[in-house]
Amino acid sequence: MSKIYTVLLVDDDPDYLFQVAFYLRKAGFEVMAVESQAEAEQVILKMKPDIAVFDLMMESDDSGFILCYKLKRKHPEVPVILATAVSRETGLTFGLSGGQDRDWIRADLYLEKGVRPEQLEQEIRKLLKI
Amino acid sequence: MAQLKILVVDDEPGIRSGVSRILGNFHVTYPFMDEDYTFHIMEAATGEEGIEIIDREMPDILLLDNKLPGIQGVEVLEYVRKKNYDIVVAMITSYASIDVAVKAHNDGAIDFIPKPFTPQELKASIEQITKQQYLRRITHKLKVEGRKVRFQFLSVLSHELKAPLNAIEGYLKMMQERQMGDSLEEYASAIERSLQRIDSMRNLIMDLLDFTKVSFERQMEKMQSVNLKELVSMAVVTVSPYAIHKDIQFVTEVKGCENIWADPNDFEIIMNNLVSNAVKYNKPGGTVTVTLDCTDNEFILSVADTGIGMNGDEREMLFEEFSRIRNDKTRNISGSGLGLSIVRKVVELYHGVINVESAPDRGSVFTVIIPRSQVSNLKTGI
Repeated sequence: MSKIYTVLLVDDDPDYLFQVAFYLRKAGFEVMAVESQAEAEQVILKMKPDIAVFDLMMESDDSGFILCYKLKRKHPEVPVILATAVSRETGLTFGLSGGQDRDWIRADLYLEKGVRPEQLEQEIRKLLKI
Repeated sequence: MAQLKILVVDDEPGIRSGVSRILGNFHVTYPFMDEDYTFHIMEAATGEEGIEIIDREMPDILLLDNKLPGIQGVEVLEYVRKKNYDIVVAMITSYASIDVAVKAHNDGAIDFIPKPFTPQELKASIEQITKQQYLRRITHKLKVEGRKVRFQFLSVLSHELKAPLNAIEGYLKMMQERQMGDSLEEYASAIERSLQRIDSMRNLIMDLLDFTKVSFERQMEKMQSVNLKELVSMAVVTVSPYAIHKDIQFVTEVKGCENIWADPNDFEIIMNNLVSNAVKYNKPGGTVTVTLDCTDNEFILSVADTGIGMNGDEREMLFEEFSRIRNDKTRNISGSGLGLSIVRKVVELYHGVINVESAPDRGSVFTVIIPRSQVSNLKTGI
């Protein structure tokens, strides 16, 4: 991997954040890991990540969506992965297959939060086409 | 004005038109209903035709003759029961043999209207049936809503229980795979974080136990004179290892009304939660002031800290279940997000209110006000 790709990783669980960031850094990515919507918005103002991974359920229910929207408005070409633990536990499912949802959510991939870091890395590589 | 659909299944045209005529401008009203009920009448001459209309129109009430040309009334009844339709069935029949009556009753027919009937008899039956249908549906609705609330609670709960497990599992895997090298020293923070997550999980489980306890009905035999000053001392003792560690001082002021008539468990929950929060969210070297006071009408308990405080937005979500205020200052404080929602529930059982005043970096004051007159007149359940 010649270019070093930057991942913006946002999750309010500090341990999950640390573990995923640790894994991705080992895998050769540069990782901006922040814990809140506000911090993430600061990061988005200052820099352009190559890809972003947002937790859906941060301090309020829609933080992940809002971040997604804001990032896409500024950098429509940056792929976004939305990760959440909600669906498996509540039975609520909202993938991104429906065109309308995709328009509104504007994420490129929707992932269960329980995914192993290796799997997340694979998905990131797929979206970055590396 | 609401309308119920009634289907009359009878091979005698006279009966069908009679029912239509009698119920056409009839309406049922009860004080407990939101609105009056009127009726839309549909007719079928055979059981087969009846089933067709049932499937298509889904009536609320079925008036069913047993003796029909094709399939019998009880077979229609059986069909309705098998399909689990929400229809109240009354049999109209002149030859109610005991066998048919028993079978119909077992299949859920709730009434028998003897043929021939007078308009008054029919109206009286329909009135009963309407009331029953109304109550059945309300009960069902309440049950569904109750289930929904429980379901939401459980799904958030399972999320809250899984998150620490995932975190601990992640750290253990890092160790198992020696991801940070072979030296145990490298894993010190992973171990520390795992222990913290275990701690918070344990707290959540303890709070859950409290939560289920207060959800039960008040038991009058548990009510006794409770000495609040003693409860404050107990709460202080419970939290003291942590308080000593953070160098927190306690001040207790009792201005009167030491005793309250209550279930001691309830006030233990209130006291323990407020006092331990006041330590948890305090700054090192801070103070916790517990004040007991009363007026002619009210008990007033307040717990003040000199801690991190919170802003208006944070204050608003404070008493919600599983809401935790997340910011840099609370990052390393473990909590279940249930404590204050439990406290509020308990306080409300005593017809009381809980208020909070707070300023970021200055501290918070939680005040519980419980009417004195209401203490002997408790709500039962929540």
